[in-house]
Amino acid sequence: MDLNLTPQELRFRDELRAWLAANVPAGWQKQYLTMTMQERFGLLLAWQKKLHAAGWTGVAWPSAYGGRGATLMEQVVFLEEVARAGAPPQANLLAVGLIGPTIISYGTEEQKQRYLAKMLNAEEIWCQGFSEPNAGSDLAALQTEARLEGDTFILNGHKVWTSYGWAADWCALLVRTDPAAPKHKGLTYFLVDMHSPGVTVRPLRQMTGESEFTEVFFENVRAPASQVLGQVNDGWNVGISTLMHERNTLGASLHVTFKRQYDRLVELAHTMQRNGRPAAADPVLRQKLAQSFVEIETFRLTQMRAISRVSAGGVPGPEGSILKILWSELNQRFQQVAAEVLGDYAQLTEGSPYAPDEGQWAYTFLRARGNTIEAGTSEIQRNIVGHFVLGLPKSY
Amino acid sequence: MHFDLSESQQLLKNTARKFWQAECPLAEARRRMEAPGACDAALWKKIAEQGWTGVLFPEEFDGLGLGMVEMAVLMEEMGRALAPVPYLATVLMAGTLLDRAGTPAQKRRWLGPICRGEARATVALLEAAASWDPDGVSLAADKSAPGFTVNGAKLFVANAEEADSLICGARIDGELALLVIDRRSKGLTVEPMPAIDLTRQLYAVKLDHVEVPAENILATGAAARQALDAMLETATAGLAAEMVGGMQRVLEISVEYAKTRKQFGKPIGQFQAVQHMCADMLLAAEGSRSAAYYAAWAIESGAPQAALAVSVAKAYAGDAYRETGNRGIQVHGGMGFTWENDVHLYYRRAKASDLLFGDSSYHREKVARLVVDHD
Repeated sequence: MDLNLTPQELRFRDELRAWLAANVPAGWQKQYLTMTMQERFGLLLAWQKKLHAAGWTGVAWPSAYGGRGATLMEQVVFLEEVARAGAPPQANLLAVGLIGPTIISYGTEEQKQRYLAKMLNAEEIWCQGFSEPNAGSDLAALQTEARLEGDTFILNGHKVWTSYGWAADWCALLVRTDPAAPKHKGLTYFLVDMHSPGVTVRPLRQMTGESEFTEVFFENVRAPASQVLGQVNDGWNVGISTLMHERNTLGASLHVTFKRQYDRLVELAHTMQRNGRPAAADPVLRQKLAQSFVEIETFRLTQMRAISRVSAGGVPGPEGSILKILWSELNQRFQQVAAEVLGDYAQLTEGSPYAPDEGQWAYTFLRARGNTIEAGTSEIQRNIVGHFVLGLPKSY
Repeated sequence: MHFDLSESQQLLKNTARKFWQAECPLAEARRRMEAPGACDAALWKKIAEQGWTGVLFPEEFDGLGLGMVEMAVLMEEMGRALAPVPYLATVLMAGTLLDRAGTPAQKRRWLGPICRGEARATVALLEAAASWDPDGVSLAADKSAPGFTVNGAKLFVANAEEADSLICGARIDGELALLVIDRRSKGLTVEPMPAIDLTRQLYAVKLDHVEVPAENILATGAAARQALDAMLETATAGLAAEMVGGMQRVLEISVEYAKTRKQFGKPIGQFQAVQHMCADMLLAAEGSRSAAYYAAWAIESGAPQAALAVSVAKAYAGDAYRETGNRGIQVHGGMGFTWENDVHLYYRRAKASDLLFGDSSYHREKVARLVVDHD
C-alpha cells in the first residue's frame, strides 16, 4: 500500500498543473451563468480545441489514435487536476470519456480511423442514445428498432435524456434488431449520423430550468451496416462497456469538485449568521459540516481503492455502482447542509443581487436532485450491488 | 499510487483469517463470553507465537517491527472473529504508550514481555466524567517517599481483570503523567462494569492509597500528552479496522441468510427491500474500510493529516457499524432477535466500539476543529 504518486505520476501532474495554470480562461464561470446554451457550448468547444492543441485530450487513449497513452492513474490525475484548476468541461465529453473508449474496444480499424481523431479535436460532437420513455432502469426493454433492408438498416424510435443532442453530429445509439430474441440478446449498438434525414431533436427542459438534455426522434433513418459497432445483436455487451466507463471514470474528479464547493461553504459559514452566531460556531451545523467532510473524504478514498484495483489489471466492474450511490447521495445531503448554513439566502437564484455566489448554491441544490436518477437510479444501482456483487437472486 | 494490500499484507490477512477460524470460531467466542474471567492463556500464547503481540514494536524488544497497515489487517480479522482476547488493550494501548514514552529500561521491563506474550496490560484513562480527551484526567498522584501514592478510581478500563499491569493517566502537581501500576499492588481492586458488549469486558479500577515506585513513571507533561495522543491515534485507527471486520462478517452472515430463508415461496434476498439493506451494509463496510486503511497508512507514513484521517475513519465507522448491525438483525427478522443468533454479538460490539475512544459526534467535532475552524 502506497498512496503517494510515483515519480512518473508526479511529473505528469506537475506538467499538467503548470499548463492549466497558464491556460484556464479566467472568470469563465461567472460569464457562463448568463450565457445562452449556444454560447456556453462555444466556450466548451474553444476549451477542448485548446486542450487538444497542447495534447491534453484523450490522455488515456493509445497514442496510435491520437491519445497520450497515459496509465489509468494518470488519467485520474488528469481529471482531478482539471477539476482542481476549475477548468471547463470538454465539449465532446461523452466521446472522449465513454464512446471513444468503446470504439477502441469494439470498433473495426476502419471505424477507429474514421471517428476517433475527430472526437479528440471536437470536429465531430457526439451524443448517446440509450434511455427511452419506456426504457429507463430497464434499459434492455428499449423499443427503438432497426430493420435490415439490403445492406442498410432503417431506424425508428424515440430517445430521451440525450445530453448535447442539439449540438451532436453523431450518436452512439442502442436499438433493437431482433424483436424475437430475449431482450438482452436482440440489441445492436449503432453509430448514427445526426444529420441524416429523419432525425429530429427537441430540447427537454429540466427542473433547474435549463436544457442540458434533449429528446431525439428517429423516423425511417437510414444507417449502412458499416455503422454497427461490434456484432449485430451483441449491443448489450457493447453498451454495458460504455456504462461501466460512465460509473467508474466520470466520477473520478467529483471529489475535487465537492471539496472545492466544501471549502467555499466553510468560508461562507464564517460570515453567515445562524442562530445568533456565525454558522461555523453553531454546534449543530458544525456536526453537519464535519459529516459532509467525512462523507466526501470517504468517497474519495473508496474511489482511490477502486481505481487501484482496475489499474492492477481489472476492468471496470459492478463495484462502480457503489461509487455512484456514494457520490450521488452524499451530494444531496451536502447540498442540504449548504442550504442550512446559508439559511434564507440559500433559496436565492441567479439574477438576485442578494444571492450568495451569484445563486450557485440554489442551482446546485436543485441540480443535485437529479444525481440519484441520472446514470442509473440509486435503486437500480442497489439491485446491481445485490445481484452482481453480493450474489443475491435477481429480483426482476 | 496503489491503495490496496501488498502481497505480504494479503498473506498476513489470510493467515489471520485461518488462525481465528481454527483457534476460536464464533461458538468458542460465545462460550468464553458466557463464562467470563481470565484470558485463555493457551490462546494468548498462540497469538504471541505468531508474533502478533509485537507487530508494531522494534525487534530489540522482541517485536516484529511491522507497520500500521499490518496491524490494521490483524485488527480487521480479530473484529471479524470477535476474538475474545485483550489485544487492543495490551498491544495497541499499553504497548504503544510504552513504545512511545518508555525509557529503554522500561521497555525491557514491560514492552518486551508484551511482545513475547508473557504479559498483558491495559490503559486506565477515563474517570467519572468519561472523557476521552486527556485534559479530562484529574486523578492525583501525590509524592510520598520513595515514590507516589494514588487514591481514586478509573472507569471503563478494558480487560483490567486479565492485565498484569495498568498504565494510568494521572496528575503530579497538576501536570499530566503516565504511571505503570502493577495489577497486584496493595489497595488496587478491579470490579466488572457489566455492559452491552459481552466480548470485551470493562472494569472499574479502585485505587485505595496505591503506592507507585518512582521508576514506574513513564512520562510527564508534554511528553505524556504526546504519547497519549499518539496512542489514541494508533488505537483508534486499529479499532476502526476491527470494526470493518465486524461489519464484513455481519454482511456475510446476513447475505447467506437472505439466500436461504424463504417466505412467500422465494428466498427473501430476492425481495428488493431486503436486497437493498444488504447493499447498504456493503456500502457501509467498504466506505469504512477505505477510511480505516487510509488512517493506518497516514499514521505510518507520517502524513500531516493523520489526526484528521483517524477522526474521519472513526466517525464513519461508528455510524456504519451500528447501521450494519441494525440492518443485519432486521434481515434476520425474528431469528435476529434471539440470543442464539450471532448477529446481536456484533450489534453489541458495534455500540461499544462506537463509544470507545470517542463516538461519532466526538470525532465529528474533532473534524470540525481541523477543517471548519480557521487558525
